[in-house]
Amino acid sequence: MRKVLSATCLGAMATFVVGVAYANEELIKMSQNPKDWVQPAGDYANTRYSKLNQINASNVGKLQVAWTFSTGVLRGHEGGPLIIGNIMYVHTPFPNKVYALDLSQDNKIVWKYEPKQDPNVIPVMCCDTVNRGVAYGDGKIFLHQADTTLVALDAKTGQVVWSTKNGDPGKGATGTSAPLVVKDKVLIGISGGEFGVQCHVTAYDLKSGKQVWRAFSEGPDDQILFDPDKTTEHGKPVGKDSSVKTWQGDQWKIGGGCTWGWMSYDPSLNLVYYGSGNPSTWNPKQRPGDNKWSMTIFARNPDDGKAKWVYQMTPHDEWDYDGVNEMILSDQQINGQDRKLLTHFDRNGLAYTMDRATGELLVAEKYDPKVNWTTGVDMNKSSPTYGRPKVVDQYSTEKGGEDKNTKGICPAALGTKDEQPAAYSPDTQLFYVPTNHVCMDYEPFKVSYTAGQPYVGATLSMYPPPGESHMGNFIAWDNKTGKIVWSNKEQFSVWSGALATAGGVVFYGTLEGYLKAVDAKTGKELYKFKTPSGIIGNVTTYEQGGRQYVAVLSGVGGWAGIGLAAGLTDPTAGLGAVGGYAALSNYTALGGTLTVFALPQ
Amino acid sequence: MRTIWLIAATLMLAAPGGTAFAEATDPAAVKSEDGKYLDKEGNPTFKVAADGTVDWYTYSGYRRYHSECHVCHGPDGMGSTYAPALQQSLKTMSYGDFLGVVASGRKNVNTAQESVMPAFGDNPNVACYMDDLYVYLRARAYDAVGRVRPGKREDKPDAYTEAEKACMGAK
Repeated sequence: MRKVLSATCLGAMATFVVGVAYANEELIKMSQNPKDWVQPAGDYANTRYSKLNQINASNVGKLQVAWTFSTGVLRGHEGGPLIIGNIMYVHTPFPNKVYALDLSQDNKIVWKYEPKQDPNVIPVMCCDTVNRGVAYGDGKIFLHQADTTLVALDAKTGQVVWSTKNGDPGKGATGTSAPLVVKDKVLIGISGGEFGVQCHVTAYDLKSGKQVWRAFSEGPDDQILFDPDKTTEHGKPVGKDSSVKTWQGDQWKIGGGCTWGWMSYDPSLNLVYYGSGNPSTWNPKQRPGDNKWSMTIFARNPDDGKAKWVYQMTPHDEWDYDGVNEMILSDQQINGQDRKLLTHFDRNGLAYTMDRATGELLVAEKYDPKVNWTTGVDMNKSSPTYGRPKVVDQYSTEKGGEDKNTKGICPAALGTKDEQPAAYSPDTQLFYVPTNHVCMDYEPFKVSYTAGQPYVGATLSMYPPPGESHMGNFIAWDNKTGKIVWSNKEQFSVWSGALATAGGVVFYGTLEGYLKAVDAKTGKELYKFKTPSGIIGNVTTYEQGGRQYVAVLSGVGGWAGIGLAAGLTDPTAGLGAVGGYAALSNYTALGGTLTVFALPQ
Repeated sequence: MRTIWLIAATLMLAAPGGTAFAEATDPAAVKSEDGKYLDKEGNPTFKVAADGTVDWYTYSGYRRYHSECHVCHGPDGMGSTYAPALQQSLKTMSYGDFLGVVASGRKNVNTAQESVMPAFGDNPNVACYMDDLYVYLRARAYDAVGRVRPGKREDKPDAYTEAEKACMGAK
């Protein structure tokens, strides 16, 4: 594959799929070549791990900026570029431009795609106009635009091959997440949990863009694609109407459960994994019941969308702890037994290790010791509350009720981690996790639903845990024991996706704008460089012309940019206290730039 | 209720010059009607007692702001990477212009920025609380309340409760 690609570059791509049954076989082969970065997370398992080792723990300190590229867009830049052969594909937030750069020709722009979108979509994006990147498959680049248009571009020319509409922005549905190409389909989620959208994952035919199946997060069994007898939770069939009976009346129709996180895929089990977000509204009193299947890990068959197993992590959410964060797939031994594992760092502050074939829960532990809303998950298999988190009354906004300000809840609604993806290194068998270290006061109150208008229903204020001033940590996590191995303090939340490499180095970005390299074993900081703006993008690596490069998008924004720009306040300070904690705006300003690093030649 | 805001918005847009900078008017409360304080021109305003007790509207505006507005304009009106700060805005923006912008939205899309504020005239969670938001942000503009949740407040006035019910109930 590599030879074909480098010999004839992209010209080969369209024809190469001949004789290959499915796009994923092509993708699996391509992602085994560490010189490329063919999927948003590097591979189907979402490991964000690269076998490249030219840059290693002993030389990373000499890293230099090799080249830079301005995206021409100011808003928050999440995600990262794809690298396929000589071409790098760089995406931007709204207006969702895509650039194809030729790495073999001085990073010249080969083509540029810029859609025309109604700017009225901007204010219905809850947390900035972010986009988490494009996907490749079958000679096409797939992009989910802000206005929910899913577009397939010819990877060679940037011409539109097909486009389809995935939702109605007039009702608050927007596109922010990266698609996943599986077999002959492209799968995509949708955003809009703060607008009462009934969210879903939808599969489109790679060639035609025709919808093949759509699986809602909540609703009747035929809408959520559950088989009441075969879809299981904790090994038991969920039964009929498992979702609708956990909502009052028709509330599931505006139930949220959005699907804007990263998806992963296990080809041998033929299962796709993703999580669903918060139930709408944020006021728990207004939606009695468990609100299934919001806050849920789904394992679905990509052929027909049918759910094999599910696990609802936070039944009846009271804190906006979306369950959308990525599922990282690893094959490891537990107690001497080979296990196919799924590891998930949830917004609710718990890290879950599961058997990804069966959905069996193996480990559920706090990955920030400050997490206080729960005393932990009931791990007793014979208990009627098996798998449920035990909620501490003091931090229950449901118990507190409407118009009552529940104080000191950790983590904040931002979660102990948000969308910023973690990395897994098979060398160390550790997970490298960018985290938030922020707590909150949360006061729910009654709201009324209007289509296309925010449907929030809670006031909240955020601040670091009492007695501390840092708002983030970058940690190494052992998923087998559920323990933190090392933890580095960061002044702000770490809102950048991590990268682990065979060079024994782990990379991540910070909100001030630093790209940092740390030792994978110890966490010792080995290198840092301040890029032009705060980093909420994910770090990527590739090889070109015999040199290893490390690339990251900077461009501060996202929820972090909204919440932290002006600095957090100390709610216990007296009237008139100003800026109790560091303000991000004192460190960085808007601006989208790709910065690419390499060792000096 | 919503019809009223839409009419108000239309009037604002029709006014020559659009949103103009007005002279700052003295925000001091000169009278109160059913728990709502008014300045000498009859516009809603804040009242903060010496012990820090705030009027109901300031308190309610704090809550509504941090539900509906802060997701773009940042906590405490301080602005964000996404939308401008509002902390100083009500020193120069008139009550009428404020209602107009909130009800009808505002667009500022050009090569340098892509700021779009939606129209909230149709959203009872905002439209029913216009005065609350105005009073809270006005209090912020004059540093009458800081970057914290108001600690002590006056009770919710009975007339307010009735008006709120009528407005939120109007589907």
